[in-house]
Amino acid sequence: MIQSKSLGSRLSRLLIMFALILITFMSLAPIVNTIMVSVSSSTAVNAGRVYFFPVELNFSSYGQILNDTKFWRAFLISVERVVLGGAINMILTILMAYPLSRSVTQFRSRNTYMWIIVFTMLFSGGIVPWYMVISNLGLINSIWALVLPGAVPVFNVILLMNFFKGIPKELEEAAFIDGASPLKILLKIFIPISMPSLATITLFVIVGHWNNFFDGIILINDSSKIPLQTYLQRLSLTRDQMQNLSVEQLQQFNKISNTTLNSAKILVSMIPILLIYPFLQRYLIHGIVLGAVKE
Amino acid sequence: MTQMETTVNPEREIRYRRKKKRKTFDEMTYHFMLLPGMVMLFIFSIVPMFGVVMAFQKFIPAKGIFGSKWAGLSNFTYMFQLPDAKQIFVNTLVIAVGKIVLGLIVPIVFALLLNEVRLKAFKSTIQTVVYLPHFMSWVVLGTMLTMIFSFDGMINNFLEFLGLERIMFLASNDWFRPLLIVTDTWKEFGYGTIVYLAALTAINPALYESAAMDGASRWKQTLNITLPGMFPTIILLGTLSLGNVLNAGFDQVFNLYNPLVYETGDIIDTFVYRMGLINMQYSFATAIGLMKSVISFVLIVISYRLASRYAGYRIF
Repeated sequence: MIQSKSLGSRLSRLLIMFALILITFMSLAPIVNTIMVSVSSSTAVNAGRVYFFPVELNFSSYGQILNDTKFWRAFLISVERVVLGGAINMILTILMAYPLSRSVTQFRSRNTYMWIIVFTMLFSGGIVPWYMVISNLGLINSIWALVLPGAVPVFNVILLMNFFKGIPKELEEAAFIDGASPLKILLKIFIPISMPSLATITLFVIVGHWNNFFDGIILINDSSKIPLQTYLQRLSLTRDQMQNLSVEQLQQFNKISNTTLNSAKILVSMIPILLIYPFLQRYLIHGIVLGAVKE
Repeated sequence: MTQMETTVNPEREIRYRRKKKRKTFDEMTYHFMLLPGMVMLFIFSIVPMFGVVMAFQKFIPAKGIFGSKWAGLSNFTYMFQLPDAKQIFVNTLVIAVGKIVLGLIVPIVFALLLNEVRLKAFKSTIQTVVYLPHFMSWVVLGTMLTMIFSFDGMINNFLEFLGLERIMFLASNDWFRPLLIVTDTWKEFGYGTIVYLAALTAINPALYESAAMDGASRWKQTLNITLPGMFPTIILLGTLSLGNVLNAGFDQVFNLYNPLVYETGDIIDTFVYRMGLINMQYSFATAIGLMKSVISFVLIVISYRLASRYAGYRIF
């Protein structure tokens, strides 16, 4: 590439670098601030002296978390949910994407299924009927209430289906002539070939389950069975109690809440995502572009 | 004689039957593969759809859908009379459109800036960092943002340092909507950039070389090659976002709002949640939800039609 070395272009290059670094810093600022709050003393935090460096460094909030059984119980429920829900999501996604990726000549009912599936993605009965179905099935307060209603992530099914469609026909035909059954073709050819896509979808599914707080709020009444995000939601923002508070009371409320401890809890809650993210994110670009633009 | 031979050719007949049997077997396998997922969809997506009849009833939980009295359109007429409902509709539109517009512009600009960087390591580090917020939940971000934007938080300290007044961002009806729009864009712009960067790699490098030969500056090249090259993707994503005009983002609003900002921050989804599951006005909440679902459905269908016509986009 030909690049001019004039002063103007160098200056603009420098300016662009500066802007990018500034934007990147802004993306990280809230996280860095939260980390610093979590390792500073409560008095320094309440005095508003903590920005991007720790003030009166102490790790007592992390020590407190270690002994917090409620926190760890919620953490474990979230882990259970991710493992159970993630496995169900992935199995169902693969099992649905494969038949749907067949052409109509191979699978006559394909389009009928497709219409039903897309319709469920676009139209919903609303939250009240949804809640009533789950409660009538007796799932309230059980881990299954967090796992089963979202068992089929329709968007992911379509994503994977599109990827399956892009796999060269010759691969499959060779296996077909050798007498391989559809299940065998799926297991021996399609799944191994789609690992990057599957990694992307797995990341989506794990993050989705880990971050969901809302079903925990409405489907779980027993506070010993709530997942971690719901626990954090109740902890830091007890909004229902704030219904009738005035501005002054709200300020007071913010002051007495234990910011240091809550920051530490929030950061611990992010650890699993931060551990998984680097391993799966390199497939991300491929996977997202696939879902967004199909030619 | 020859015709007879072809029709009764036993070998061919057997092969044909075997192939047909094989096809039926394969199709049965496909049905079985789809069965578990379809059962789940039926229970948790399709059955609740029938629940929308509640919107036309005076639903009483003890009597159930079959025992409750019909109410015709009274739930809907009540909705149109309620001043709150109008306010909520406006809030939803303003917040959602704001997010769509800013959420479209920022990733484009960011992708253009990032495209100027030639250092690969620098580029990928920045990318990894900026799309990290996408993976954090609104519970976590809500807590962080409440801290930062609170009356004695970091932003207000900075404002005071500049000699400005402190602002109650989260309790001010003037500031709440801009805050929602900006923080949502902040969370998602890195993620949105990915698609534009991919569009940029598809542009033929020869175009830049010949432009540089002709003496075009980087700025001129951006204006005349890069931007037009991104245009189809911009149009596509812009069109598709039409379907989100009534989705102002439940998770975000729910984690940031409080009764002081209901006037500007309450959106359809949060209102339906409070009416339906907190105040237990099942029929009324369902009516509002149904109205939103129908409008959204129509918008999505329109936007996909437009996208497939003008950008050649199909999801399946």
